[in-house]
Order: sequence, then structure tokens, then C-alpha cells
Amino acid sequence: MQENNKLKAFAAEIRMAAIEAIHSIGSGHIGGALSIADVLAVLYGREMRYDPQNPKWPERDKLVCSKGHAGPAVYGTLALKGFFPYEELKTLNRPGTHLPSHCDRNKTPGVDMTTGSLGQGTSLACGMALGDKLRGRDSRVFLIVGDGESNEGQVWEAFAFAAAKKLGNLVVLLDWNKRQLDGWTKDIFPMGDYVAKFEAFGFDTVKVNGNDIDELVPALERTRAGGDRPYAIVMDTVKGAGVAEVAEKVMNHSLPVSDEQYERWTAQLKEEIKALEVEQ
Amino acid sequence: MKIVYDGSMDPRLCKAVLGETIPAMAAEDPDLIYLDADLMNCIGTAKWAAANPDRAVNCGIAEANMIGVAAGLASAGFKPIVHTFGPFASRRCYDQLFLSAGYAKNDITVIGTDPGVTATLNGGTHMPFEDVALYRALPGSTIIDVTDPTMLISVLRQCKDRPGVKYIRVGRKSYARVYEDGSELPIGKAVTLREGTDLVIFACGIMVHEALQAAAALEKEGISAAVLDMFTIKPLDVEAVVSWAEKTGAVVVAENHNRFGGLCSAVSEVLAERCPTPAAFVAVEDQFGEVGPQGYLQERFGLTAAHIEEAAKSVLKRKETK
Ligand SMILES: Cc1ncc(C[n+]2csc(CCOP(=O)(O)OP(=O)(O)O)c2C)c(N)n1
Ligand SMILES: [Mg+2]
Repeated sequence: MQENNKLKAFAAEIRMAAIEAIHSIGSGHIGGALSIADVLAVLYGREMRYDPQNPKWPERDKLVCSKGHAGPAVYGTLALKGFFPYEELKTLNRPGTHLPSHCDRNKTPGVDMTTGSLGQGTSLACGMALGDKLRGRDSRVFLIVGDGESNEGQVWEAFAFAAAKKLGNLVVLLDWNKRQLDGWTKDIFPMGDYVAKFEAFGFDTVKVNGNDIDELVPALERTRAGGDRPYAIVMDTVKGAGVAEVAEKVMNHSLPVSDEQYERWTAQLKEEIKALEVEQ
Repeated sequence: MKIVYDGSMDPRLCKAVLGETIPAMAAEDPDLIYLDADLMNCIGTAKWAAANPDRAVNCGIAEANMIGVAAGLASAGFKPIVHTFGPFASRRCYDQLFLSAGYAKNDITVIGTDPGVTATLNGGTHMPFEDVALYRALPGSTIIDVTDPTMLISVLRQCKDRPGVKYIRVGRKSYARVYEDGSELPIGKAVTLREGTDLVIFACGIMVHEALQAAAALEKEGISAAVLDMFTIKPLDVEAVVSWAEKTGAVVVAENHNRFGGLCSAVSEVLAERCPTPAAFVAVEDQFGEVGPQGYLQERFGLTAAHIEEAAKSVLKRKETK
């Protein structure tokens, strides 16, 4: 439990860091950043093998955040893990920044793949996983996909490829937060039952509460077994999770963050961390 | 049509203009159908679309499929107007545009928002400097780089009933006001915004405003520059290019796009064949986009009035030594 509490505190810190970055420029893709803070905490706090001093280490595990607009959450995670100074978060989207809206492998230390055109990260992740296999590396590739993003046909071409090529070193993390840019996915473009879909495609599939560290930890640990089937974890999440005021707003894809909100949300998250009673 | 340019911004945002004009056109023409790819909220059509599900289709984040569906609707007698961001309205669905729409002769109108540096904080992945090049290579296409909100309304109405694949690239924010409200701007006809004798500046999109500022600055230095609004990149107003190139003997082309494949290329092709003339280009020098505010990006990629002035002076030197 103590270890999970540490991860919960890390997730709250990731949320604070993402808010820090977005507030510094005034607005940004806050909803989709907050919904993946918990899985990022488990990935970088427990599951992934990496070296902040050597971000291009070939043997590392890799993350593809295919919903590239969640960059601020990824940057917050990487800053907290020492890939670059925390203060740099305040350069988000500024002229000459290393931290653009969408993830960019050529700009940010620790970002493993460039994304932003939704769908494309899925095929890239397949290629990376296949490459690791062909090179005889035991590295794993983690792929975060948005539920809106899964409208793209390319996503399903990639999933079919992953199963056909037996990419047991690929873990798909589907951020089922039930919202896309124009609103609820059920109104815009409902995709049906993800678990059934993944299973039909031949994935080893589980569904978890993706904003609950206690459920994410064992689900990710299972995927260490590898094998010849790719893994899918359907993460039942809330867009804006961790900041009630954001989560409650239906249209929370991209929002301004005022000074007052920044102060208040940061204070709330600090309180949460305190309540977890972990040594920092 | 009346020119009312004084350097001030049009109070209307183009996203609001789209959000009003598309429903208004749909009310007038029962064949019009509007398709979007999860970006209705970005152009203010969501509310109307929700109330009119038989007139507006949210295709989700699946642009290639959306173009194919639009082309199929065209074959069923509809006049589809399709919207997404510029890169996804060109690169992401190019084979569908080319074959399902173009080759199969299913006529559709595509609106690609936030062209070039107007993609600002969405950054390099969302910053199309190549969309015009792609559409130019599609036989029979029409390509418009919008100058101001009045023009946007005029070209939308013309594109609806025009044959072929039509591409309108337009930023969602405001533009400097160039044309009086209600002006009609016939597609294919360049507009002479300013007369001049020493050189001519051919510009489109956000670069029209920059060109007019550059011409005013050049005049103070005794240089007389004509400015033409080449908002129709294809079919290009060839006669306007030839006659102004012949009249002035020096050309500057300015566009918010890669210098390969856009207006610079289109004008050069005409000059080379019809009247070789010294020319200089103010365009993106074969680079990818990056994130930042528009002012920074215009500096970064060399797309300001000052860059046009510089280009004008350099081309005049070559004109003299010719
Ligand atoms: C190919 C493509 N089309 C459209 C967009 C614009 N866009 C960015 S985010 C987004 C909605 C994404 O929804 P989802 O994948 O569910 O992400 P989340 O809810 O986690 O933010 C859209 C339409 C894009 N980035 N790429
Ligand atoms: Mg979503």
C-alpha cells in the first residue's frame, strides 16, 4: 500500500506539473492531460525501464503518447523524473521551446516518439515494438491512445498488425474517457465495446479503472509476461480526472487556466499528497 | 466589390463567419450537406449541426473516411462542404481526395482551417506549409487562400456550385479588413489592390496585409509597388500575372506556405513560359512548422512586411542590371 501511495502522490504531482505548464501559457489541453496522469505515474514510477541521463538508451522501455495533445502531462512526468529541469515546464508553447503542445521526439529529452496527428502513434509504436524484437531487445513499448483518436482507421490497422505480428512487447493503453473534442463520444462517434473489439483482434485484454492506481498496478504488472499476444488495457477514465472543476465541465478538451484556478487546484493537489502520508 | 483597406482588423472572426455562413447556405440549398471531423466546436457549427442531423454529419476523427463519405454523398446528388484543420484536410486524406473525389468526379468543397503559421500554438504537426502544393497537383482543383472575412463568404458561396475539388484555406481568427462587406470576389480573378510602376507584389492569404504594408513603406522610399491579391491560387489569373510582370519588370511573390508548390511556383511557371522576369520569393524556405504565437512565427519563417520590402529591393537590383 505504501508503494501505491507513493505512486498516487506522484500522479498528483504530475497533475500539478501539467497545470503548471498549461497555466504558464494561459490555456491548453487540460482534460486529456489529467485523465492519463495515473497511468503515467505507474509507468514512470514503477513499470518502465529508463535512464534520464541517457534518454536515447536503446534498451529502454518506450512510451508513445499517440494522443499527442496530452504533452503537458508527459512533460510533467519527465521533468519530475529528472529528464530536464522542472522550471522548463513554464516554457510550454513559447517561442523556441522544447515543449510544444504535441509530443516531439526531436525537441524534448525523454519523449520517445513524435505525435499530434491522431492515429499515427499507433503504427509507430508497432514499428518500435517490432524493431526491439528484431534487435533482440527485451524492451517494451507502451502506447497511449485516445478514445476519440480510435475513430481513425489507422488505429485499427495498427491493432490488426500488432496481433498478426505477435507483438507481445506492445501494451496498448486505451484512455476511455468518453469525451472527444466536440463533446461526448456517445453523441459524436460511439465506438462500441472496446474490450470485445480488442479481444476479437487477438489482444490479451483487461479493463480497469484508469484513474485508480490500485487497479493499474497489477494490470500493468501482468504485461511483463510478454508472450505472443499484444496487451490491451482499456482504462475507464474521466476526462479532467483529479481536478473536479475540470472534470465537471463537459467541454473540457482545451480550457484557459486563470491564476486563481491555478493557485486553488495546486493547493488542493498538495493537500491530497499530504493526506497520503508518504515521505517525499 | 470595393476595397476599404486601412490596416485595421475586421471585427469578425473567420470561425464565426463559418459558423453563420454554412447554416445560412444550408437553409437556401437543400442539397448542401456539411461534414466535420470532431472540430465543429472550432468553427461554431456544433449547435446548428446538433439541431439539424440530416444536414450535418460529425464523422469523428477519421478524415480519410470523411472525404470518401463526402465523395459518395456527392454522387448521390449532394453538395458536400467538409471541414477540418488544414493538415488533416490535405495530407491526412490525400488519396481519397485524389481518387474518390477528384478522379471519380465527385465534386466536394473542403475547408482547411489554420493554414501555415496561423496554426500557432498547435505547433509543427498542425502547421500546413504544403497543403496548396498537394491540392495544386490534383487535376481540376480550385484553391483559395482567404484574404478576409468578406472574401470567405463570397468564395464559400461560389465553391458550393463549382465543379471539381475545391479547397479553401482560412485561419479561424481575424484578418485585416480589405474588402467592403458584401463584396463579391469572382474566383479566378486577381484583385489589383494597389497600382505601382517599379515592381509588383503577388500575395495571398495573411500575406496580402503584409504586402500592402510593405508597399506603403516602399513608397516612402520612392519605390512604387503594385499589390495584387492572388487569392485564387488555382486556376491562377495568368493574364494578371503576365500583364503586371510586363508592366513593372520585377516580381515579388508572398505566401504563407512552402516556396515549393504554392503561389511562388504557380507564378514562376507562368513567368518562365510567358515573360521571364526577375522574381523574389517571400515564403517558407522548405522547413517544417513549429509552435509559437503568430508574430513570432512570421518572423521565424520570414513572412513579414519587412521581408517583403527586402525582397522588393533585391529584385529591383536585378531588374536594373538585367
Ligand atoms: C488527425 C487529427 N485530426 C484531428 C485532430 C484535432 N484534435 C486534437 S485532440 C482531438 C480530440 C481527441 O479526442 P481523444 O482522442 O478522445 O482525446 P482526449 O479525450 O483524451 O483528449 C482532436 C479532434 C488531430 N490532432 N489529429
Ligand atoms: Mg477522449
